[in-house]
Amino acid sequence: MDLNSLTIDGARSAIASREVTATALAEAFYDKIAKEDGAIGAYLTLCKDRALAKAAAIDALAEKGEPLPPLAGVPVGIKDVLTTRGIRTTAGSKILENFIPPYTCTAVARLEEAGAVVLGKMNCDEFAMGSSNENSAYHPVRNPRDTSRVPGGSSGGSAAAVAAGTAIATLGTDTGGSIRQPASLCGVVGLKPTYGRVSRYGLIAFASSLDHIGPLTRSVKDAALVLRTMAGRDPMDSTSAELPVPDYVAELDKPVRGLRIGVAKEYFEEGLDAEVRSSVEAAIQALAGLGCEVVPVSLPHTAYAIPTYYIVATAEASSNLARFDGVRYGYRSKNAATLSDMYRRSRDQGFGAEVKRRIMLGTYALSAGYYDAYYLKAQQVRTLLTRDFDEAFKKVDVIAAPTSPTVAFRLGEKSNDPLAMYLADVYTVTANLAGIPGISLPCGENHEKLPIGLQLFGRHFDEATVLRVAHAYEQTRSAQSGVQ
Amino acid sequence: MKVTDKDVSYVADLSNVELTDSERVRMVRDLNSILGYIERLSELDTAKVPAMAQVSDRYGADQSKQGSERFAYASREDVREGLRASLPHAEAMANAPGSDATFFKVPKVIER
Repeated sequence: MDLNSLTIDGARSAIASREVTATALAEAFYDKIAKEDGAIGAYLTLCKDRALAKAAAIDALAEKGEPLPPLAGVPVGIKDVLTTRGIRTTAGSKILENFIPPYTCTAVARLEEAGAVVLGKMNCDEFAMGSSNENSAYHPVRNPRDTSRVPGGSSGGSAAAVAAGTAIATLGTDTGGSIRQPASLCGVVGLKPTYGRVSRYGLIAFASSLDHIGPLTRSVKDAALVLRTMAGRDPMDSTSAELPVPDYVAELDKPVRGLRIGVAKEYFEEGLDAEVRSSVEAAIQALAGLGCEVVPVSLPHTAYAIPTYYIVATAEASSNLARFDGVRYGYRSKNAATLSDMYRRSRDQGFGAEVKRRIMLGTYALSAGYYDAYYLKAQQVRTLLTRDFDEAFKKVDVIAAPTSPTVAFRLGEKSNDPLAMYLADVYTVTANLAGIPGISLPCGENHEKLPIGLQLFGRHFDEATVLRVAHAYEQTRSAQSGVQ
Repeated sequence: MKVTDKDVSYVADLSNVELTDSERVRMVRDLNSILGYIERLSELDTAKVPAMAQVSDRYGADQSKQGSERFAYASREDVREGLRASLPHAEAMANAPGSDATFFKVPKVIER
């Protein structure tokens, strides 16, 4: 048995049937991390003693023949913007280099209650700001499919680890595409749930009206399992919705025949790589082959999504990141003579270039004289973008699109041009602005064997349909090509 | 609108970020490039479009009510037994870059 290529179900049933112990499974992942993660850089911090203690507890349950929780012994990695009590949490930033959180993020706590074993914390762009993982203050992450290329971002470490087999599943966060775009570039599944579906308590905030937590996995079923475990109301997050959580796994095998799949021309215009286009179009044809009805829809304000996003996100970031002041936690510049100097120097030395750029842009957009022209305007266009989806979802059940306009680009290719980097999110930011669920799953490779992702959007709180269509496509694709 | 060096200094001041000279030069260039792209929002007539601050404002809120009442679903239930335990003092101080074990310490704020 190749332990490093197991899915969640495979791992759990291997442990339940005593084919392998949770301890041996965790050890196998640490061995692989020790051998291979040096070339990838997906992990920032490992917590081996803690993980082995958790694994031993699962083994004790299995030994007694007791029923195992749904994620029993599953080795997972957690993006380093999610707090973990007692485990260093840096947000990919020097300003939190030595931060040991006193509490654990709800999403992580729920995974651990379900038996998951946290191996460590995943590298990411600093404060989740980036689309290539090159903005990590520690080191970049490299794409396991081609180490001269980026894994995408900001959840680059989370995607790369699943692709490399150094975690079975990981948690990422998605503010403008940061789960889906790296999932696409690394050839794994990445799900951004509906706004309010998963509690953000313990997520180090970037843009509170856009931040989401979601899974990166090897299969759609694994994503459904992790979502089912994390979802649901949390009194610690007032934006978490008071809505029942469906059994996403049980819904997967319902037929997709007759579902209406929307295709918006705005997602297939200039800037889309030809091979990505043909691969996504072939995936849509495959869905038609399963009995889905393909319906043209229009999302006319799509071209305004990136400018809207970079006003809303940076405005919120400039406010959220005000808490990093060198007083209660985090980096403090030495030898500042006054409190004001200490704030300014700590932030200048602690934050990287992209974080400062976004704080500056957001502060500018909110400053006197510019608020109406930028922030208010962006909030109004956000309404228009959301209405586009409302209209489209009157006609269709799911919308299919590319996740990323290109396959994985090379390290350094866009790092000196912030605007070019921002355009990498052109097909993903809309779901964050509207709050709808979106998934990316592999749908092919280009001529260089680099993965291409299919993106599916659904109605608010209708992850079940999104996952069902994704699962049906995934089954068809693996039956046709023998790929898993 | 063109962002000048003076604007960047002003905004850096508002943001409590101290920029080096070379950072300031690059910031002027980057902000102009990004804001130039953002200008395209002005193509849209939004005079009659309501602003949208967040998704939960339209999803889950009781639209028949006013103000914060609309978000009653989001309020925490009263903890009848009393307040939730606070973070223990030692844990709250554990990450502090400067403390005297009781309080956070910072450089002086007011000249005597």
